[in-house]
Amino acid sequence: MDFLNALVAFSNFILIPGLAYGSQLALGALGVTLIFGVLRFSNFAHGDTMAFGTAFVILFTWWFQSMGITGGPLPTALLALPFGIAVTIAMVLGTDRVVYRFYRRQRAKPIILVIVSAGVMFVMNGLVRMIIGTSEKNFTDGSRFLLDPKTFRDATGLAEPLAIKTTQAVSVVVAVVCVALLFWFLQKTRTGKSMRAYSDNEDLALLSGINPDRVVMVTWMIAGALACIAGTLYGLDKSFRVFVYFGLLLPIFAAAIVGGLGSPLGAIVGGYVIAFSELIVTSAWRKILGYLAPPDWLGPGLYQALSTDYKVAVSFVILIVVLLFRPQGIFGGK
Amino acid sequence: MKKLFLAASTLALTAGVVSAEDVKLGTLLGITGPIESISPNMFTAADMAIKEVNDSGKAANGWVFQNVRADSTCIDAAAASAAAERLVTVEGVKGIIGGDCSGVTRAVLTNVAMPNGIVMISPSATSPALSTDPDDGLFFRTVPSDAREGQVMADVLEARGVKSIALTYSNSDYGKGLAEAIANAFTAKGGTITINASHDDGKADYSAEVGALASAGGDVLVVAGYIDQGGKGIIQAAVDTGAFTTFGLPGGMYGDSLVEAIGPALNGSFGQHAASTSEGYSAYLDLAKAFEPSFDGSTNFAATSYDAAALIMLAMQAANSTDPKVYKDKVIEIANGPADGSGTKIKAGELGKALELIAAGTAIDYDGATGVTLIDGGDASGTFAEDEIKDGKWEIVGYR
Repeated sequence: MDFLNALVAFSNFILIPGLAYGSQLALGALGVTLIFGVLRFSNFAHGDTMAFGTAFVILFTWWFQSMGITGGPLPTALLALPFGIAVTIAMVLGTDRVVYRFYRRQRAKPIILVIVSAGVMFVMNGLVRMIIGTSEKNFTDGSRFLLDPKTFRDATGLAEPLAIKTTQAVSVVVAVVCVALLFWFLQKTRTGKSMRAYSDNEDLALLSGINPDRVVMVTWMIAGALACIAGTLYGLDKSFRVFVYFGLLLPIFAAAIVGGLGSPLGAIVGGYVIAFSELIVTSAWRKILGYLAPPDWLGPGLYQALSTDYKVAVSFVILIVVLLFRPQGIFGGK
Repeated sequence: MKKLFLAASTLALTAGVVSAEDVKLGTLLGITGPIESISPNMFTAADMAIKEVNDSGKAANGWVFQNVRADSTCIDAAAASAAAERLVTVEGVKGIIGGDCSGVTRAVLTNVAMPNGIVMISPSATSPALSTDPDDGLFFRTVPSDAREGQVMADVLEARGVKSIALTYSNSDYGKGLAEAIANAFTAKGGTITINASHDDGKADYSAEVGALASAGGDVLVVAGYIDQGGKGIIQAAVDTGAFTTFGLPGGMYGDSLVEAIGPALNGSFGQHAASTSEGYSAYLDLAKAFEPSFDGSTNFAATSYDAAALIMLAMQAANSTDPKVYKDKVIEIANGPADGSGTKIKAGELGKALELIAAGTAIDYDGATGVTLIDGGDASGTFAEDEIKDGKWEIVGYR
């Protein structure tokens, strides 16, 4: 019984939140890694692209809600998602046309593009604030729980509750679907293959007649869609505030770099590595250990490695360690 | 020239021949400094109490009270002490209404009031340190200490049979001070604090914080935070993970937006918030409107300034003396009345009646504008409404 309680507490506070948060990070990191693989620069504007897409999903959600259209038990935002994605894609293609294409034609060095993306980041950050405001926005609706903590406790008779929020389940499912679609696209379709070829060796790809403009356009479209989905899932599960999305940039980059920049598989693994590291290091293990060890062994401590205030520091440390000892990442990116 | 001399000498005469009945009071508030925007109404409110007493003509020995203003600056302890020194030695005041900010009030108390034996009643200094500072029984305040809400929260928890709490506070001066007060008061009552952790405001996700709180456990999670900030996030995450079912909600968490955001899961949670129940408050607001110059009595600490001035004058009446060493012992008696509660309640605007009753030997219980009751250390107890959330609505279940 104690073992079951420990297992439930672990699932409730680490496994389920970690899976949901990891899925959101993985989708964000996939976008970063795709841009890096094909366009060869780190896109600092990715966090704010997520915020931009989410802002439009929120606006569409409110519009649907005002017309009485809802997703039933699922969040209405899922219905609004395709519209948000369309707007986001239009926006990133527009940015590429206005800003990035100029530097690409000039064959500017990657570092210049990185600085340019930082500029785009600030512009987009301001734009999102103007569109939707700076305060916290709540757009989650539908049923809150897939598994209610009270129901679980009553049904099993365990001391520990287990809760699965609808938004957590939606995060994981949507992430799995997106990743499956993306890998199918990259492995099986002609455009996907040409993207990989362009990413592996630009000159050879050009020689074999691949249209670079088309590859760039498709990459932006996929990255924009992924950013919008990742942002919406994060906003549904937690809450939407422009400033927070800006801060998401760090764990997302850490995830992409840990996995190996340019490697889609690496981005997914990296997302979960970062999410679980943050949770494992900053959570207090007393409750779980309390079920496993005799009570007098533990003493009064909380068994918490780092205070939750230092959550961000965990991504930082992982980032530094990876860059020092294995800069190519787990899956050997660039 | 001659005229000037004449004028000057008449002035000097009138000034010099201060009749034995004139009693000076000092008002030491921040004419300049960080609270200069709220001090004008505090001054006027004190003047209003003094004028009310003078107009009634009921003060003993034909006393006529005069008000002398001085600048505490709110932040400069040396300047405030110098101003207070001038009030006492040059003007000869018999009592000080002030100071305003906690820092300068502590300085004036130790440097001027105690050496000279002058009574001080502050309308606005809220630092808990003033409760324990040595004061020779000279210091009182008509505003509750910041520690008071912690005390009330502990009382509420005890009354509900809560034995252990997890405590989280907004990482701000307010949150930190309140959490400390709650922790001290609750531990003193024999309760257990399983964890006392801060949370930052403005984050998207508080599940990690709640994980730590849940790990420590406790009957109730007390959230000393802000309603539209981290406090709400913490409660949301705690409800979502099923970590806690009952929450303790201090004043910063009181508001309808919380129940709207969280919903029925909050039913059964409880807390308290500062609330004025005094009948005298509306009477006082009317007085302020009718006063010349008319002012808005609801601005911060204006009502407590009125009460501070009234308390000093009524205590003098009760002691039949303007000597601070004598009337200081009467202040608590006037504010609270006899222990059996038989004192006649005095609201704002009834100072004349109060003076009459005191002169006739009837006990009074001064409530004034803010329902003044002084507790140990001469602090106002303040009034807190105890709340409970029932069926998605805040309900006041009692007052403390």
